[in-house]
This record gives sequence, C-alpha cells and structure tokens, in this order.
Amino acid sequence: MAELTGLTQDLIGMRRSPLAGMARELMERAVTGERNVRVSEWRFTTMVSLRVDPASSAAEELEGVLGTTLPRTSGEVSSHGQHSVLWLGPDEWLVVSQMSPAVLVAALLESVGDAHAAVVDVSANRTVVELRGAAARAVLEKGCPLDLHPRSFGPGQAVSTTLARIPLVLWQVGPDSYRLLPRSSFAEYVARWLVDASQEFASTFRDGGRS
Amino acid sequence: MMLLTCPWCGPRDETEYHYGGQAHVAYPENPSDLSDEEWADYLFFRDNPKGPFAERWSHSAGCRRWFNVVRDTATYQVLKVYTNADDPLPVVGSSAEAGGSR
Ligand SMILES: [Zn+2]
Repeated sequence: MAELTGLTQDLIGMRRSPLAGMARELMERAVTGERNVRVSEWRFTTMVSLRVDPASSAAEELEGVLGTTLPRTSGEVSSHGQHSVLWLGPDEWLVVSQMSPAVLVAALLESVGDAHAAVVDVSANRTVVELRGAAARAVLEKGCPLDLHPRSFGPGQAVSTTLARIPLVLWQVGPDSYRLLPRSSFAEYVARWLVDASQEFASTFRDGGRS
Repeated sequence: MMLLTCPWCGPRDETEYHYGGQAHVAYPENPSDLSDEEWADYLFFRDNPKGPFAERWSHSAGCRRWFNVVRDTATYQVLKVYTNADDPLPVVGSSAEAGGSR
C-alpha cells in the first residue's frame, strides 16, 4: 500500500491540466481597459458526481457530509465550506470542492452505505475555465443560447447549456465573473473561442455600451 | 428557433434538445408472436399528422431527461409539455390508443 501511495504521488506530480499549454497565451491575450475580460484555468479542481433519489435517506446522509442541501431546482447552487453542489438533473448533482477527491469520495461513499446511490470521482472529466471582466457577459452572449441578462440569470446560478455549440456547465459566481466547466477534451477549443470572442473589446471604439 | 419548456429546467432554446420521434409507441407484449409485417409496422411506421402530434424530446444539453411534447406540426405551436410520470397522459390523435409509455 505504501508503494501504491508513492506511485500515486509521482503521478500527481506529472499530471498536466487540459489548458496547461495555453497558460501563457491566455495571460498575454487578456483584454484590459474599460471593457476588460480575461480567461484563466482553475486546475485540478475536485469534482464528484452524485446520483441519488432526493427523497431517500441516502440523500440526507450525503447532505450531512457536505454540510449543505442538494439543490432541488434547475440553476440552483448550494455551498458550504469547501464544497459547492450544482444541480444537474432531478436526481443528479455535481460537487465542486477544494477537498482532495479521495477523501471526499470516501466520506460520501461511507455515508450512503448499501443504499441505491452513485458517488463517482469525475475530477478529470472536466476542467474549470474562469472568464472574468466587465465584458464577460458580452463575450458569452455571442455563443450561448441562454438569456444571461441579470433579469433571468445571475451570481450563484449554474446550468448545463451550450457555448459555441459544445455542452458545458455555466456557473456565474459574480456580476462579472463566470466559471465554465467543459469536458477536458473541449477545454482548448472553448478557451480559444473565448479568447477570439474577447479581442474586439480591446478596441476603444464606443458603441454606446451594453444594455 | 423554437423555445421548448423542459419540465425540470424551464424554457430553453431548441438547440439544447434532441428529438425522439412519436411518443407512446408501446413495446409489443409478445414480440415473438408478431408477423414480420407487424414487427416492421412497430419498428418503422409512425403517424405523420398535420396538427397536434405527441412526441418525445430529450433535454440533451441540459438535464438529459426525456419528456413528451404535444406540438402542432403545422404551426409549431407547443400545446402541452408533460412527463411519463404525469397522470393521466393526454390523449392526442390516432396514436393515443397505444397508450402507456416506451
Ligand atoms: Zn432539462
């Protein structure tokens, strides 16, 4: 077991995030000025998929470990300490956490015991792309079918949708900041699309602003 | 562009959905008892009405759940959205006597 742990440590040291090769380019192409916007990656974020009947006692056990409720409606995010729980479906959630995936999965699995539930480490399935800046919403609106105007979408909400035709989870965390969770294999495409869509906002041309 | 209201997620663009064909096509009780013609009829033949039509849709880019929509094929007006858990299921057109769910 000790050897296995040593091997795991070595592998963790060797892993590369989906956008590792773009880190420098993302910094260099950040847009500054009044309509600033920049793209960055949150690397190796812990993500755990939960499938359980929300009316079951297993759901209550999971909520006990997470210290927060499993959200019951689309768009809802519940947070406590290191964990945020995103609603993905009526019996499906994504836990995004700062805790180590092995520790979190073990605790969640132990809480449900033999109950009909699934707890799976899906940290490598997606990466987290952060889009931040005064023009962030304007950039997303070029390729997202969702209404992102504050009247219908705002901070603390997350939904599965599409951006530039690929599926991802869109999570708004602040008035001008979003987290995008695409599959790892789509991450570079999304990042390049975002950078390309951002460049016009470097222009000083005034168009009357956004509404 | 059509706006469809997912029973779980609310109104979303048509591009987030996947079309699943006619709803309420019941699986045969005893498939091995069917003649080739009856089996082909079950597999391949669907109604094609001009007017209200009950059909399956999946919110593939959202919550990934299947549900049913009654849509007017002539006007594209969505007349009803419901799930197989809803009771009773609405009765629409000639497919209605098949009843149940797939
Ligand atoms: Zn949905």
